[in-house]
Amino acid sequence: METNQRPLSPHLQIYRPQWTSVLSILHRISGVLLSVGTVLMVIWLAALAQGEQAYQSMIGFMSSPLLLVALIAWTLALFYHLLNGIRHLLWDTGTMLELKPARASGWLVVVLALALTAIVWGGLL
Amino acid sequence: MKALRNPLERAINHGSAGSGVHHWWAQRFSAILLVPLTLWLVWTLAVLAGADYAAARDWIASPWNASMAILLVGATFYHARLGMQVVIEDYVHHRALEVTLQILVAAAALIGAVVSMIAILKVAFTG
Repeated sequence: METNQRPLSPHLQIYRPQWTSVLSILHRISGVLLSVGTVLMVIWLAALAQGEQAYQSMIGFMSSPLLLVALIAWTLALFYHLLNGIRHLLWDTGTMLELKPARASGWLVVVLALALTAIVWGGLL
Repeated sequence: MKALRNPLERAINHGSAGSGVHHWWAQRFSAILLVPLTLWLVWTLAVLAGADYAAARDWIASPWNASMAILLVGATFYHARLGMQVVIEDYVHHRALEVTLQILVAAAALIGAVVSMIAILKVAFTG
């Protein structure tokens, strides 16, 4: 496939991955995952509106091992994107941009996202 | 690198440069809206985990929860479309494929929002 020849800024193959850059690309990856995951939200709502039989078969579908793994990944992506999104909004105000708070807030976001996912699914499973 | 001309010189007189700011603000505005709405979603999922059909229907049917659900669906699909738009712009360098993907994503977001909202309204109005 022919692609255009415009110059691109140096990217993954040039820069050594750093904690902050890894979290930055994870924000995008989690956002794409969540966008795809909205299909599950539509299915849930449509089944709810359709009736009890549709709702039961939807619950059966969501309880399959593959969907369960997807739902856990989706929960982690949701908490990560929510918390890291707040981090980005704080940066937009011009605060916490220095290396130390940028790295520390990144750790806080990752730990909280993992902890919240564990709490939610620990209660469910 | 192909062009040696200054990028600014090439861009001048080729359309408004101000429209990009709208996208930036729209993304932030929908992000801020989604903070409380996502917390409501997590609360809802916690309440409805293991609940039967009647309980799930009652929950969404309440005017407060139906309103929150509609706001969540609207903000989610708007924010998702804006985010996917930037991802496609950044990584898909084949123009025809890029435009096709942009149209598909925009259409999918619109369809997802409409189907979800009709489902919520049906539950809200039929109890």
